[in-house]
Amino acid sequence: MSIDLSQFHQVFYEESYEGLDAMEQGLLDLDLVDPDAEVINTIFRAAHSMKGGAGTFGFTHVAEFTHVLETLLDQIRSGQRAMSQGIQNLLLTSVDCIRGLMQGLQSGAEADLTDAHDLKQQFEAILSNETPADVSDETIDTNQTSVEEETGGSGWHIRFIPELTLLQTGNEPVRMFRQLADACDGQMKISVDTTRLPVFTSMDPEMCYLVWEVQVDKAIDRSVIDEIFEWVIDDAEIIITPLGESSVIKEVVEPVPQAIQPKEEKTLSKPVEKEKPSTKQPAKTQESSSIRVSIDKVDSLINMVGELVITQSMLGQLGQNFDITRVQRLQEGLAQLEHNTRELQESVMKIRMMPISFVFSRFPRLVRDVSISLDKKINLEMSGENTELDKTVMEKIGDPMVHLIRNSIDHGIEMPADRIAAGKAETGTVKLDAYHQSGNIVIEIKDDGAGLNTDRILQKAIENGLVAEGANLSQEQIFDLIFQPGFSTADVVSDLSGRGVGMDVVRRNIAALNGSIEVSSERGKGSRFVIRLPLTLAILDGQLVQVGKEIYIFPLVSIVESIQLDDLSINNVGGHSDVLQLRDEYVPIVHLDDIFNIANEKRPIEESIIVVVETDGEKIGVVVDELLGQQQVVIKSLEENYKRVDGISGATILGDGTVALIVDISSLTKMSGASSKIIDGSHKAA
Amino acid sequence: MSEVSEIIDTEVSSAQDDGILTEQYLTFIMSGEEYGVDILAVQEIRGWESATPIPNSPKFIKGVINLRGTIVPIIDLRQRFDLAEIEYGDETVVVVLRIYTQNGTRTMGIIVDAISDVYDVPIGDARNTGMGDNQNSNFIKGLVTVNKHMVILLELENLLTIED
Repeated sequence: MSIDLSQFHQVFYEESYEGLDAMEQGLLDLDLVDPDAEVINTIFRAAHSMKGGAGTFGFTHVAEFTHVLETLLDQIRSGQRAMSQGIQNLLLTSVDCIRGLMQGLQSGAEADLTDAHDLKQQFEAILSNETPADVSDETIDTNQTSVEEETGGSGWHIRFIPELTLLQTGNEPVRMFRQLADACDGQMKISVDTTRLPVFTSMDPEMCYLVWEVQVDKAIDRSVIDEIFEWVIDDAEIIITPLGESSVIKEVVEPVPQAIQPKEEKTLSKPVEKEKPSTKQPAKTQESSSIRVSIDKVDSLINMVGELVITQSMLGQLGQNFDITRVQRLQEGLAQLEHNTRELQESVMKIRMMPISFVFSRFPRLVRDVSISLDKKINLEMSGENTELDKTVMEKIGDPMVHLIRNSIDHGIEMPADRIAAGKAETGTVKLDAYHQSGNIVIEIKDDGAGLNTDRILQKAIENGLVAEGANLSQEQIFDLIFQPGFSTADVVSDLSGRGVGMDVVRRNIAALNGSIEVSSERGKGSRFVIRLPLTLAILDGQLVQVGKEIYIFPLVSIVESIQLDDLSINNVGGHSDVLQLRDEYVPIVHLDDIFNIANEKRPIEESIIVVVETDGEKIGVVVDELLGQQQVVIKSLEENYKRVDGISGATILGDGTVALIVDISSLTKMSGASSKIIDGSHKAA
Repeated sequence: MSEVSEIIDTEVSSAQDDGILTEQYLTFIMSGEEYGVDILAVQEIRGWESATPIPNSPKFIKGVINLRGTIVPIIDLRQRFDLAEIEYGDETVVVVLRIYTQNGTRTMGIIVDAISDVYDVPIGDARNTGMGDNQNSNFIKGLVTVNKHMVILLELENLLTIED
């Protein structure tokens, strides 16, 4: 009976993606000068299991590609080859390549093997370039070796030094030699080195003390040999050298007793190192539609549901024979029910919460790639990776953050020479931090670069007509200009560019998550972007307002203040649009009943309430009839069964079961036409 | 509403068994005419309750209601067809329909005067309206004669699509 392997494909993909992420993270963490054996092992293991899986499922091109990768990694792992920047780059590119191959497999598309092929050749070039291991300081013509190395010239010399425990792992050296003999049509010689044999009395019959020297006298492919020994590479030291110069054999053969000693030490010390807990958990950045929930969260949910059931049955009993004397018990029961429900709600929300490391984990690679391409030295520091936030928020915050970090590296951090000239450390620092603050999550992106050039920004804004000439803006107002949609144009000054490019999009994306972004900066010291986001998109702190018979909800975050007019601070501009003079600002006024076409009898504006709301740095005053309570509301989609409605971001269900609509402040601002207004310093009676 | 569901139940169980493939239609009355919708699209039938109006929506959209936690828009079918408006009364019902579109399922309610019956209509029996290309003909799938009177079968997907 054949098993349908395709049912395991999904698991294989998921594991492979995790493996790839682990490899990527490992590679980035790797100290090139003194590589941590554990990290290299992690990378190797990931590649190894991916190769195994790919082979099992018949994805040969993935298996073949991972094989060369693995060979190289194995040499690094066993200390035969030093890690270098070039190898690190190559390995990182191949991680991308494998990821591409995987995605291709997953989508069922025809695999594009050109990249894989190129990379494979690069690997083979590296592998053949320097003959690994003890062949010391041999400078051989590269062209010659690459040919020789592929086929071994006239043959191969293999020194097979198994670990003592080889036989216990179920491997049989004789079987491997037979395979080898088959591969070379019997043209080989085997000799046994017995120097490891202890005296007979202390010999353990289950140990493998023998060391073999195999001389293959036929030019066969190196990969054939690798394949034969594939299953024992973890349990043995295998030194394969091409025949050609007879001296090679001598060199290897001569120092046998000494050569084994240090190697054994190395292999023995490995398991000890392995036990070190790895500090970095393999994080997966993949945006899947399923989430993994820790068992603790599920357990606590089950507990709470249990409590809820108990409360419910208690209330049920109370209701069966209820009389007025037991009203107090009823009240207690209801209070308990409320308590249970709230706790349950909180825990259910927690299920959607994931640590922000899922977003952060992609940045080391980004920083590395960008800094290499710009020739800058940058150190990325991250903290607060365990801060949790809603999965939906997390998926949407990634891109704006990438943009900000790119900007910091590109335009914030100066070139190493400039930094030294400015008396700073050569290596610039970009700091990411995440933490919770009063129901919000705060993400900070800080760099110690040049900071924002306020003169340049102001000059640019004047050129673009965003600010009137001679306007007197505060520093905050100037910083705020970089978020203006019209700020970035084609002819932006180079050292300033990008600080404005797309920043309006960043702000809009963040605003779409009901969040906000602030910037502060000091010339020559660096800049700091602070993003504030609600913990979840599913729940919103809302202010209920009444207009006519309808109830609308304003997001509490966007409300600046609510005022009742007592005097004539309303001015009329151009016949129909009103502006409110609010201290030193003029704020356009919008009548919600007009803009939403709500049947409502006009009442004098003095009897109404004006809710001043702010979005994208612009304020408008919204006229409503009444302010009702504030409450947390659960956001429901209006688009699901209807369509997008201008000025409305969603709906919610109130305590009495009726539906109330949630006002989308930025869309309302656009509808009111207030956004076309030009910021003009002279308007502000500062 | 229990009466209505009883009618549906009995009719469904007595579906014809003479080998002709049939479709079942739930019919309702609007200003004297009988209209039918595919019964498989009917999710439930409920009494009229006031809805929350949606700003700047077409007049025939009465608003949205809370249907066990889902926000469901309600269409007044009379106004959709430019028929005379009437006061909503005790018999006024909302037929909640769930249809499958390219963008997934969509749930909407339509307000009708009263529920009538459930009919088995042989597949292919519906006749083309031949009414030309006016706005309302888009909403009509065909006409069918049941018990010597005409039933207008509605094309739900067009009916429930609200253009911008």
